Amino acid sequence: MTQEQKDRSEHLLQVEELKKYYPVRGGFFRRKVGDVKAVDNISLELKRGETFGLVGESGCGKSTAGRTITRLFKPTEGKIFFEGRDITNLRGSELRDLRQDIQMVFQDPYASLNPKMMVGSIVSEPLVNYGKGSENSLKQEVMDLLLRVGLPEDAYFKYPHEFSGGQRQRIGIARALALKPKLIVADEPVSALDVSVQSQVLNLLKELQAEFDLTLLFIAHDLSVVKHMSDRIGVMYLGNLVEVSDADEIYINPKHPYTQALISAIPQPDPRNKSERIILSGDVPSPQNPPVGCPFHPRCPQVMPECSEKKPHLKEVNKEHRVSCLLYE
Amino acid sequence: MSNQEALLEINSLHTGFEIEGKTYHAVKDVSFDVKPKEVVCVVGESGCGKSVMSLSIMNLLPKHNGKIDKGEILYKGRNLVNLNDKEMNKIRGKDISMIFQEPMTALNPVLTIGFQMDEVLINHTSMKREEIRKKSISLLKQVGISRGEQIVHEYPHQLSGGMRQRVMIAMAIACQPQLLIADEPTTALDVTVQAQILELITKIQDEVGMAVLLITHDLGVVAEMADRVVVMYAGQVVEESDVDRIFYDAQHPYTKALLTSIPRMEEEREVLNTISGIVPSLKNMPKVGCRFVDRCPDAMPECSKVDPQLGETEKGHSVRCLLYDASHPGKKTEVR
Repeated sequence: MTQEQKDRSEHLLQVEELKKYYPVRGGFFRRKVGDVKAVDNISLELKRGETFGLVGESGCGKSTAGRTITRLFKPTEGKIFFEGRDITNLRGSELRDLRQDIQMVFQDPYASLNPKMMVGSIVSEPLVNYGKGSENSLKQEVMDLLLRVGLPEDAYFKYPHEFSGGQRQRIGIARALALKPKLIVADEPVSALDVSVQSQVLNLLKELQAEFDLTLLFIAHDLSVVKHMSDRIGVMYLGNLVEVSDADEIYINPKHPYTQALISAIPQPDPRNKSERIILSGDVPSPQNPPVGCPFHPRCPQVMPECSEKKPHLKEVNKEHRVSCLLYE
Repeated sequence: MSNQEALLEINSLHTGFEIEGKTYHAVKDVSFDVKPKEVVCVVGESGCGKSVMSLSIMNLLPKHNGKIDKGEILYKGRNLVNLNDKEMNKIRGKDISMIFQEPMTALNPVLTIGFQMDEVLINHTSMKREEIRKKSISLLKQVGISRGEQIVHEYPHQLSGGMRQRVMIAMAIACQPQLLIADEPTTALDVTVQAQILELITKIQDEVGMAVLLITHDLGVVAEMADRVVVMYAGQVVEESDVDRIFYDAQHPYTKALLTSIPRMEEEREVLNTISGIVPSLKNMPKVGCRFVDRCPDAMPECSKVDPQLGETEKGHSVRCLLYDASHPGKKTEVR
């Protein structure tokens, strides 16, 4: 076994130079006139049993990254390895089999559940689809799942509209757990919820992760939530991964100017601790026409002349701490 | 009891909605005041009545079923509840202005930014046309939009979320209002843009010398901005005090639970505190007793029998909870 193969089997998921472009069509013949570079070259790896947090502002490509990794979208370029196996170009029944191991929890608990289906059918659908469990054992299994995620047993016969946002998110979690997947991609699972309910769902996800031995890819825009959940964090900006590190390290010692600004911009719930803020000017540029060189250079407070010419790449600065910035090259 | 120094004083406000012939109170017995040049934050979860409260102040409730049933809203001693539309129009935008959560829906998509900004000045000042356009452009500069001359000819969809919110703020401060009501002004924005907007509001508040009533669910924003904090739950004020005491000496069990249920950057906690259950809906609100009783970790038997009243436990600190009510047994002894 070569070193590369060994690396791949140690990691549950490995993503290499992944790109996902959406074509932009225009003109009379709807010809392709350009690309939205939603994900522009990201590489990351998930160790078994860890939670990897992917954080960034809206439009940075974190959701596209999540959906491409789960192969809901076909990647434009790059490779994805799941348990050492290349899943980049899987199709048909092979892809269908893969879905048993990778499940998703979506942001909007109102839109991601079919309003015409009973909760029991929603949660048992994955099991039925993959022919797991007999008719009798199926119902018991689903009941157990519902109880486990903190729903009453009679939820089985109810419809999604009868539940609150937090409870609906629990239904979505139960559905994702039904097939006992190895990886769950949770895309903004709590951003539609109130704070008091948000903490219930975050605690549940943590418990379930330990209990079912799950690996979690946790995608969110709220850095304090991501830090609470994750072992390691990746920060995305305009389709690029700009910094990857241990969750504590990234908070105590952020290296990339964008990460520093992001952390300082979060209002702290503590009136006695009003730290100095780094206020970024301007808005995130359009991913259809990203800046040349470093994608962050038009807003960067520490910009250097060469930043507009050379595109930085993720480089290790400390153990397990990688930054994509010319300041550290 | 009229408070001389208050700019805005809300006394026992009840706002109800008529649904199927029955009236449900989204705001029930809310009282607080805003002093000149002060930033007051109203904080609470969705459905606690904070937006209905702000719409009541501006008299913008849906006409077909929303109504202020009881209470008064005194602006400089004048009761806004009794004003008709014409009188209210003179106050809206001039003395009290408002910015909303979603700047895309608050701006008219088929009119240019310049037209919408000019409108405010045409309605409330006697300036000439040419002066008005110049003033609009200078207002855009004041809120940090450098391309003011071009932006006035553009339409809302051509601007980003942060820019639109800046335009809203520029319109709101056009007539140098005494009071700005900001209803979740940064909720739809990203954190780095939120930081820009919050800084802008603070800067403008300094320049114009206005009071700000900031409505938010984000305790981080509260800590950043507030002088005084009003905590609302299920249509009622449950606690009111200065920002320091709310964060370091919270008394109401709801405020305490809220503060411990948010993840914080600087600390390591395996498990977050949770508040069980959810905010009761308008139709299922308990008829008697404390509205928080089902979710309260310190609930006592009498909590579901007696309506707690908002009472002062120390100077400048009011709480609506039987634990702190001297006339009920079981009160906390450490009350100062």
